[in-house]
Amino acid sequence: MLSKLSEIKDRAEKILQEADSMEKLNELRVKTLGRKGEITVLLRTLKDLSPEIKAQMGQAANQFKMQLEEMINQKSEELKQEQLQQRLNAEKIDVTLPGMPFMRGSKHPLTRVSEEIRDVFIGMGFNVAEGPEIELDYYNFEALNMPRNHPARDMQDTFYINDDVVVRTHTSPVQVRTMEKMSPHLPIRIIVPGKVYRKDDDATHSPMFQQVEGLVLDERITLADLKGTLMNFAREIFEADLKVRFRPSYFPFTEPSAEMDISCVNCRGVGCRVCSHTGWLEILGAGMVNPRVLEYGGYDPEKVTGFAFGMGIERIAMLKYGINDLRLFFDNDRRFLQQF
Amino acid sequence: MGVSINWLKQYVDIEWTPEELAHRLTMAGIAIEGVEESDSDYIMDLDLTPNRGDCLGMINLAREVAAINGKELRIPQVTIKENRENINDFIKVEIAAPDLCPRYAARLIKNVEIKPSPEWMQKVLLSSGIRPISNIVDVTNYVMLESNQPLHAFDYDLLSPAKTILVRKAEYGENFTTLDEVERELDLDSLVITDSIRPVALAGIMGGLDSEIKDHTRNVLIESANFLNTNIRRTSKKQGLRSDSSVRFEKGVDPNGVIYGVNRAAQLMQELAGGEVVKGICDVYPGQKDPLIIPLRFDRVNYLLGTQLNPQEIKDFLVQLQFKIKDKKGYLEVEIPSYRPDISMEADLIEEVARLYGYDKVPDTLPGSINCGGLTDYQRFRDRIKEVMAAYLYEVINYSFISPQLYDRLMLPTDSGLRNFIQLANPLSEEQSVMRTLLLPGLLENISKNLARRNQNLNFFEMGAVYYPTSESLPREELKLGAIVAGRVELNWLKNEVPMDFYYLKGIVEMLFQELGIRDCVFTAVQEPSYHPGRTARIMCQGKKIGVIGEVHPLVLDKFDISEKVCAFELDVNTLFKLKEKKNMMEQIAKYPVIERDIAVLLKQETKASEAIKVIKDAASQLLQEVIVFDIYTGEQVPEGYKSVAFRLTFQSMDRTLKEKEINSLIEGILGSLDQELKAQLR
Repeated sequence: MLSKLSEIKDRAEKILQEADSMEKLNELRVKTLGRKGEITVLLRTLKDLSPEIKAQMGQAANQFKMQLEEMINQKSEELKQEQLQQRLNAEKIDVTLPGMPFMRGSKHPLTRVSEEIRDVFIGMGFNVAEGPEIELDYYNFEALNMPRNHPARDMQDTFYINDDVVVRTHTSPVQVRTMEKMSPHLPIRIIVPGKVYRKDDDATHSPMFQQVEGLVLDERITLADLKGTLMNFAREIFEADLKVRFRPSYFPFTEPSAEMDISCVNCRGVGCRVCSHTGWLEILGAGMVNPRVLEYGGYDPEKVTGFAFGMGIERIAMLKYGINDLRLFFDNDRRFLQQF
Repeated sequence: MGVSINWLKQYVDIEWTPEELAHRLTMAGIAIEGVEESDSDYIMDLDLTPNRGDCLGMINLAREVAAINGKELRIPQVTIKENRENINDFIKVEIAAPDLCPRYAARLIKNVEIKPSPEWMQKVLLSSGIRPISNIVDVTNYVMLESNQPLHAFDYDLLSPAKTILVRKAEYGENFTTLDEVERELDLDSLVITDSIRPVALAGIMGGLDSEIKDHTRNVLIESANFLNTNIRRTSKKQGLRSDSSVRFEKGVDPNGVIYGVNRAAQLMQELAGGEVVKGICDVYPGQKDPLIIPLRFDRVNYLLGTQLNPQEIKDFLVQLQFKIKDKKGYLEVEIPSYRPDISMEADLIEEVARLYGYDKVPDTLPGSINCGGLTDYQRFRDRIKEVMAAYLYEVINYSFISPQLYDRLMLPTDSGLRNFIQLANPLSEEQSVMRTLLLPGLLENISKNLARRNQNLNFFEMGAVYYPTSESLPREELKLGAIVAGRVELNWLKNEVPMDFYYLKGIVEMLFQELGIRDCVFTAVQEPSYHPGRTARIMCQGKKIGVIGEVHPLVLDKFDISEKVCAFELDVNTLFKLKEKKNMMEQIAKYPVIERDIAVLLKQETKASEAIKVIKDAASQLLQEVIVFDIYTGEQVPEGYKSVAFRLTFQSMDRTLKEKEINSLIEGILGSLDQELKAQLR
C-alpha cells in the first residue's frame, strides 16, 4: 500500500516537474486528486484494512494530497507568470516609430503677441475697446487735432474711401469714440488692439498692420503715470531688467508727447544692425492727451487729464521672435505659421 | 536732413563730442538719427517732428543747443552799405490775397557780378543736400538754411516795366513754367507772385523760368515773404512739387523773420557779388499780429507731469529758451516767440519745461485709481473660438483689401450681393483695391500659394472683418470665421488614411459648436456658386443662418490654380455669439445601466441619414439617449439604389433598470416607423 502511494507520488512529481502547460497540470490534478483519481481510488481500498493501518495510511495519503495540491498550485502560478511573460514579450513594439499623426494648428504670431500685450494691460486694470476699421475722417484725424491740411497728416499716408471716410490709419479714433461714449464717467482705462492701414508697401512697411492703442483718463493722471505704466508693460513683455528711456516727441493728439525706447534686445544695448548701432529700439509713441482732444471727447481738460499710447504689434513680434522680414506676417506660408 | 556740426559751432559753443551732442538733442526732442564723420566735420542726421520746422534753420537749432548747454547764442550781425536811391522808386508790392500772404518784403541789389560762390558756402550747401549754382542763388539758399526764411531772387530786368509785384490767386486757365522747366496748370486756390502782368513765381514753392537768375543778370530783386502754411501745402501736393522752400512754409515760418532774412541776404550778396544795395526795404505786412501770451501755472506743470518743480526751476527753463516771462501770482505770463508757432497753449509750454528738465528725471508711478479690467463676454467668446480653431488649424491673416477680379474667379453671379463692395479711392494697385466681403478668396489664395511652394496637407483658419456698404456714411463691418483644408492627415505607417475632406471639416465645426455651447444645428444641402453643388451645406440654428460649409467648386479651384480637392467654411461670429447658450447647467448622470442595440436598415440611396435619425428619435421614447451612424455600406447583398446604414441606439433610464422586453418593443416600434415613413427594411 505504502509502496503504491510512493509510486503515485513519484509519478506525480515527475509529471509536475515536466508540465509545461496548464492543461497538463489540470490533467495531473484530475488524474491524481480527482474524484476518480489515483489517490481517491487508493483511499477507497483502505476500508478493508485494519484501523491502525487505515489511520496511518489515511494520514499519509491526505498529507500527500495536500502536498501535491500545494505543488500544483505553485506550479500553476509559475506557469501563469511564464505565460504572461511570453505574451508581453510577443507584444513588444517599436516605440521609436512615430505616433498617430493629428493635424495641429496654432495662433498667428501677431495674435499671440497681441494677446500677450493685452493680458499685461488687463492685469493693470485695462478693458479692451474696439472700433470700426473704416472710419470717418472726423474720428481718424479731426477730433485728434489734425484738421485738413495739417502737416502731421503727412506722417500717415491714408487710404480714402471718399472725402469724409478713410480706412483708419491708426487705432486712435477709438480713443475719441470711447470718450464720447463714456463722458463724463471716469476713470477710463482701455487698450484698443486692431488692424490699421497706410498707403505704404516696401520692405519695412505693410499696407495693413496691427496696433495696440491705450488710453487712461482720470483726475490727476500724470506723465509719471504714463512712464510707470509703460515701463511696467515693457518689462513684462520683454525682460524684467530691460532698460527703458523716454524722450520728447510730437503727436498732434498728445501734449507733451513722448517716444519710448528700450535697450536693444538683440545686442543688449551694445549696438548692432537691429538697432542701427544706437543700442536703443523705438517701440512706442505716447503722451498726455491733448486738451483739445479731451474737449472733442466731452471732458473738461481742467478737471481731467490722461495719457495715451500706441505701438505696432508687428514690431514687438519681430523683436520677440527674431523675425527679420515684416512681409512674413502676411505671406501665410505654412512653414512660418507652424513655428508658433 | 544733414547738419554740419562745424557750421553749428559758428552760432553756439559746443564742448560735447558729436555723439554726446546727438544724444542730448535727442533726449530734448530734437531727434538725431545718426552722426557721420565727413571731411574733418561731423554731419548729424536730423529727424525733426513736424511741429519743429523752425529747427530747419541753423540759428533756431543753435538756440536749442544753447538752451540745453547754457552757452550763448551768436546770431550773425547784419550791416549793409546802402546807396542813396530809394527802393520805392524801383519796386512796388501789392498783396491781393492777404489771408494767404501775411507779409512780403523786397530789396534790390544793382550791378552784381554772377560767379560761383566761395568754397565755404558751397560746402555748407552740399552738407545740407543743396546743389551750389551761383553766388546769388547760393546766398538765398544759405540764408534759408541759416535763418529758416525761404528767399527768392528775381532778375529785376526781366520783370515787366510796371515793376510791381502783385501777390494774388491764380486766374482761371493760367499756366506757368517753374524753374524745373515744367509747365504747370494752376488752379484757382494757388497763390502766385506776379510782376503785375504774368506769374513770376509759384508763391513759396518755386520761382519761374522766365525771371531766373542767369550768368548775365545785373540787378537782383530779393523776395523775403511769408505764406499761409496750409495753402502752400495744398498747392505743393496738388502740383506734386516740393522744394526746400515749400517744406519750410508748410511747417510754418516766422513772419517776423522776413526782415532779418532779406537783410542778411543783401549783406552776403554784396560781399560775394559786389553791387550796391538800394536803400530801404519794400515791406508790406497785412498779417501783423500781437505776440501770443500764454499763462503758465506752476501747479499745473507739476499736476500734469507728476513732478515737484519749484517756480524758479520752471522759470529758468523758459529763460534758457529765450522766452519772455512776466511773474504773476502763482503763474507766469509767457510771450511766445513768433519763430515757435508750435506753441499755442499751456500744455505746449509744459512740454517745453519737461523736455529741458529731462523726461528721464520725471518719476515713474502707476495711476492711483482702481479699475476693474478684463474682457467682455463677446471678446472672451471670440478668444474661445480662436483657441478651439488653433488646436486644429493654423491661423492666417490676410489683407482686408482684395482684387475685384477674385469675384469672377469665385464664379459669383453678377447680381450677387457679395459683389456690392467698397472701393478704395486711392489704392496701391488694382490687386488691393476693394474691401473684402468674404474671407474665401484670401483663404483660397493661401492654399494656392502654399501648394505652389510644395507645402502639402494644409489647414488654415482666419477670423477677420468683412465690409458691406450701407446707406449710412460708414459701412457695416461683420466678423467672419473662415477655414480651409486640403490634402489629408499626414502620411503615416499606421494605414490610417484620413483625408481632410468635407466630413473632416464638418467634424471641426461640430467640435467648435460643442465647445461654444451651440446646440441643435442643422446642416442642409444647398447650392452656392463657389461650391460643389452636391457637397455643400448651409448651417442653420434656431432659424438663423450661421454660414456655409462645402467642397469648393472644381472650376473655382482651377481659377485659383489649385489641383486638389479643397473644403472650406465661412461662419458669422456675431450670429454664433447670439446662439451661445447663456447657462451651462450640469445634467444628472444616470445611475442605471445603458443598453445598446445595433440595427442595420436598407435605405434608399437618396434618403439622408438625418431623415432616418429623425424617424428613429420620433418613434422612440425619452429612453433613447443617442443614435450613432457607425457604418454605411453599398455593394454585394445590397440591392441597386439602396444603401445599408447601421445605427447604434443607446437606451437608458434615469430612474430604473430597463427590461429587455421594453427595449424590444421600442425597437419594434422604430422599425415599424422606418418601414412606414421611409420604406426602410431591416437588413
